[in-house]
Amino acid sequence: MPVRAIVRRTLGLAWVVPALVLVGVFVYLPLVQNLQFSTLEWDIYSGSQEYIGLDNYRKLLDDPVFWTSFGNNLLYAVISIAFQVFGALVLAALIESIRSERWRRGLRAVYFLPSAISLTVAGLLFYFLYEPNLGPLNHLLRSAGLGELAQAWLGQESTAMTAIIAMSQWQGFGYSTLLFAVAIQRIPADVYGAAAIDGVGPVGRFVHVTLPLVREMTGLMAIVTVSGAFQVFNEVMVMTGGGPNNSTQVLGTWLYRSGFVRNNFGYAAAIATVLFVITLGIALLQLWFTRRRRVEW
Amino acid sequence: MVSRLSFLGVIARVFMWAFLLGLAVVVVYPLLWMVINGFKTNAELFGNPFALPVDWSFDNYRKAWNRGVSDYLTTSVLVTVTSTIATVFVSAWAAYGLTRVDIPLNRTVTALILGGLMLAPTVALVPLVKMFQAMGLYNSFWALLILYTAFRIPFTTFLIRAYMIDLPREVDEAAEMDGAGRWTAFWRITLPMCKPIITSTVLLHILFAWNEYLFAMVFTSGSGVQTLPVGLTSLMSKHGTEFPVVFAGMVIAAVPVVLLFFLGQRYIVRGLADGIGK
Repeated sequence: MPVRAIVRRTLGLAWVVPALVLVGVFVYLPLVQNLQFSTLEWDIYSGSQEYIGLDNYRKLLDDPVFWTSFGNNLLYAVISIAFQVFGALVLAALIESIRSERWRRGLRAVYFLPSAISLTVAGLLFYFLYEPNLGPLNHLLRSAGLGELAQAWLGQESTAMTAIIAMSQWQGFGYSTLLFAVAIQRIPADVYGAAAIDGVGPVGRFVHVTLPLVREMTGLMAIVTVSGAFQVFNEVMVMTGGGPNNSTQVLGTWLYRSGFVRNNFGYAAAIATVLFVITLGIALLQLWFTRRRRVEW
Repeated sequence: MVSRLSFLGVIARVFMWAFLLGLAVVVVYPLLWMVINGFKTNAELFGNPFALPVDWSFDNYRKAWNRGVSDYLTTSVLVTVTSTIATVFVSAWAAYGLTRVDIPLNRTVTALILGGLMLAPTVALVPLVKMFQAMGLYNSFWALLILYTAFRIPFTTFLIRAYMIDLPREVDEAAEMDGAGRWTAFWRITLPMCKPIITSTVLLHILFAWNEYLFAMVFTSGSGVQTLPVGLTSLMSKHGTEFPVVFAGMVIAAVPVVLLFFLGQRYIVRGLADGIGK
């Protein structure tokens, strides 16, 4: 009898085996292999592989483009936190203060629209908006008498990264606004009612009621946003490809370029390891955060 | 006192609406500009970027369609549909196994599958390319199908599992009393009860697969296996001087997901909110 029970239990595993195998082979295994690859000097053409220990990581520390990329990811994270976390939170509170349900729904949907389209389409679109000759941005500046501000936004080192990040804010703020709106809707109406009776104004309500009650969501959004900022790839690839002069490289694009354009797989794997450590760290922070919240409730 | 307060209130309201509507214009105008440019001639585009086209012809759309967009669209539809089906079924099975079936090492299996949520696809890029080259699947439809499925299983399982945990157990226990096997109980009872979350995960997966760029770009190089996001960039580099054709291609890529969002908004919002907050 116990044997039959064991067999029966084990057969139950069939439900989870497809998921386990797919995730194991294509998500976990590459991760382990990546660590191994990062210790190799690997020439794709000759196929020669040579163990060089931590040399790829040493090279990384001396590589100015690596540090530029890291700095750009960091800049991405900081600006995104400002706009897509705090900006979006204020925006969501404004929207939810509107009385008409139709307007609330309409505005949320309109702001989300850019998040539904791909970053490729959004990136190409802004490539044209920024275009020095036919782009509306420069036209607008010229007709406003600010012609001296018109410039090749993506073509010069001083503005290219900011221009890409600006596009990304346009594309992503509606997504976080939507999520904050959902969190605000979950606040019981009588909490606001009580505040209104106590004579608390709209700003006071935001600071004393909304803000503390969406604190968890704010923390989560901040974590998710920073994690996303370190995984940036698509928009940079489409808009500048990392140029001019590597000034818009981020870790993702520098990894791609090192591995698949300059054919240095070992070095690309080392960059991947750095990315792995950063994103895993952020993910563990998120896990700790949600666990703690669950205990609090 | 009261009138001063309400006066301030009116001013605040005016500012708020000006800001909200201004922001809506900033969001919508570039999209509108994109659609309008798809109807322009090259000369018109370079003339005045704000002007409307003289002649609203679908020429650019036709050109875009014939210069590869029809192929990209077909591939995108194929990859999106197959990977959605694969991901949602495999994830629903896993969620059922984890919540309804007494399996050994349940906690470990759960942690392994959901742990995949923490891993960024970029990190696995180099080994995955080697792996798919070795399997002879590099530059093929299968590469995208497998990767889109494997990398979305953790998130999809997470959503469905959270939903199944909250479902009452009495119904499927009753079914088992009636002699229905697990398999029947899954298809006939549990899965239909999960319809709302299944709808959410289907819609979210479609949005993901339709728009994905990293894997699509690295794992497909020839035309015939390229999806829309990658195809658009090659349209741009091949016909980079005929910008209106590129705009037409962009519109073709954007319209299906925009429609999908408006139709399934409720489910998408719910899935996103559960995905981040649960």
